[in-house]
Amino acid sequence: MFMFEKAIEGGRRYWVWILCLMGIILAGFLCYLRQLTYGLGITGLSRDVTWGLYIAQFTFFVGVAASAVMVVLPYYLHDYKQFGRITILGEFLAVGAVTMCMLFIFVDMGQPTRVLNVMRYPTPWSLMFWDMVSLSGYLVLNALISLVMLSSERQGVSPPKWIRPIIILSIPWAVSIHTVTAFLYSGLPGRTFWMSAVLAPRFLASAFAAGPALLILLCLVLRKVAGFDAGREAIHQLGIIVTYAMVVNVFLVGMEFFTAFYSRIPEHLEHFRYVFLGLDGNYHLAPWMWLSALLALAALALLLVPGWRNNPRLLPVACVFVFVSLWLDKGLGLIVGGFTPSPFGVVTTYTPTWPEATIALGVWGIGALIITVLYKIALSVREAH
Amino acid sequence: MKLTRKDFLRLSGLGLLAVAGKKAVRAITEAAPSATAPKKTKQWGMVIDLAKCRQEAGCTDCIKACNTAHNIPQIQDPAREIKWIWNQPFETVFPLLKTDFTKQAYTGHPITVLCNHCANPPCVRVCPTQATWKREDDGIVMMDWHRCIGCRYCMAACPYGSRSFNWQDPRPAIASFNPDFPTRTKGVVEKCNFCEERLARGKRPACVEACPEKTMIFGDLLDPDSEPRQLLRTRFALQREPELGTSPSVYYLV
Repeated sequence: MFMFEKAIEGGRRYWVWILCLMGIILAGFLCYLRQLTYGLGITGLSRDVTWGLYIAQFTFFVGVAASAVMVVLPYYLHDYKQFGRITILGEFLAVGAVTMCMLFIFVDMGQPTRVLNVMRYPTPWSLMFWDMVSLSGYLVLNALISLVMLSSERQGVSPPKWIRPIIILSIPWAVSIHTVTAFLYSGLPGRTFWMSAVLAPRFLASAFAAGPALLILLCLVLRKVAGFDAGREAIHQLGIIVTYAMVVNVFLVGMEFFTAFYSRIPEHLEHFRYVFLGLDGNYHLAPWMWLSALLALAALALLLVPGWRNNPRLLPVACVFVFVSLWLDKGLGLIVGGFTPSPFGVVTTYTPTWPEATIALGVWGIGALIITVLYKIALSVREAH
Repeated sequence: MKLTRKDFLRLSGLGLLAVAGKKAVRAITEAAPSATAPKKTKQWGMVIDLAKCRQEAGCTDCIKACNTAHNIPQIQDPAREIKWIWNQPFETVFPLLKTDFTKQAYTGHPITVLCNHCANPPCVRVCPTQATWKREDDGIVMMDWHRCIGCRYCMAACPYGSRSFNWQDPRPAIASFNPDFPTRTKGVVEKCNFCEERLARGKRPACVEACPEKTMIFGDLLDPDSEPRQLLRTRFALQREPELGTSPSVYYLV
């Protein structure tokens, strides 16, 4: 029923890739066992910076997962037929990304065996409870939708009528998963860096830039390794979506800068100062944030000029710039910047340790494996037709 | 009219949805755990008289008493330390009061800080399992170390940095073991509990009793005749970051 048999028929390159991923996942798993035994002390986290790489990755990939809506909405709601070949890829990307999110939360927990306490003692006034509900729901939705659509395609029949309202539901649900994630941060009274009304819109804008950028890159990879053609029009349109989303994102970031720097309120300013200029002789984060800013501007330049955006050699470069820039900003900058300086004005540097980075890489590996397997199934079904 | 199986299932499903919906609406609209609970009889609070505190002479009696009573591990690395009560320089506790011209009066004046047991605690609001909650009858913000999943959301939410996390097994680092109080496991958050275990036996918190100058005045803030309330009527007192709406129960007499 899950058509997994399609995933175990592959050429040499496919199996080498799978084996590499398994190796990475194994390394991450072994480090995680170490973390389970010793405690979260093997990470670079501290009493002041209590969330780091794991939660940053979760925050970033919730965005990627939500971005499936950018292909689902035009195709299912507005009949934009050009996305016909890639909606399944967007949905499968969402499945992989949401799984990564849930895994990142899991590996960040001090007592992971107790994770079901969140379900045993439902707490509707806690955003983290709603985050678990919305992520689980989104995973189920996307898995169901992609499965049903792909099965129908394989059998050569039109999909059942009841799937359409479920697909429509996935659209506001996609927006909700990332809004809820932003709410985790933007309602905390003590963290002025996150206490912003534009945090949720910013999250959505960066999601709708990074997700489709990744989708474009994946389509180009699939063209190379599997001869899959997403369609020139589809790639072209995704490029336009990335452009608009990136413009909105950079604009909103600019808004944050304005309110902090023009108001000159120290509580707001000091986090921006730390993140971009360093504080108390601590310039740990600054080079990465400047890189993120430069990549964002370079990406915008490449995307805003139609000749460059539609150039098949420059578009992937722009997409990589978008993805890396947003990964640095939403991952590193946002989380660490929110905690630094601490409520007592102390700057504690955060650097992920090797075990921590390996665990994160292991989760990346699991996500990549899920996406590889699902894409293989999708493409095999397509080829059979 | 014959009831078909399909109709029966449809009706049952709708019925279940209605019941679940009503439950969900009730759970959401009762925003706090205290919505249907009895009215609070007490709010334990503390007034710390900074004028009397001997910390300039290096006194840490309150801190030592707390550490001993609660099996707090002595971890040297400041990134990993566990502290329920400790000292901070004045300008880090009340940063908005620090100006270039008033600095001299307070420089070098360490302030004892601890969990404020806020009336409106953000840490309680964010905990996804209610492993931390505000006790109804006496207002203490409690911790359940068996339920805590170690997500550290409460630590992100606390504006005062009052909470610590066990990054590794704390037991090897405990200096002197008190068998009357539980030790914790790795992976859970902990903080000052206003010595609720001592209050239950009619005693004052360990820090309050240990202070040689009696600078910490502990009592029921809802009782107008309590010692803290009397002091608050006569002297000017500060709370930490009152503009955040947390309503701390710890006051500082300058």
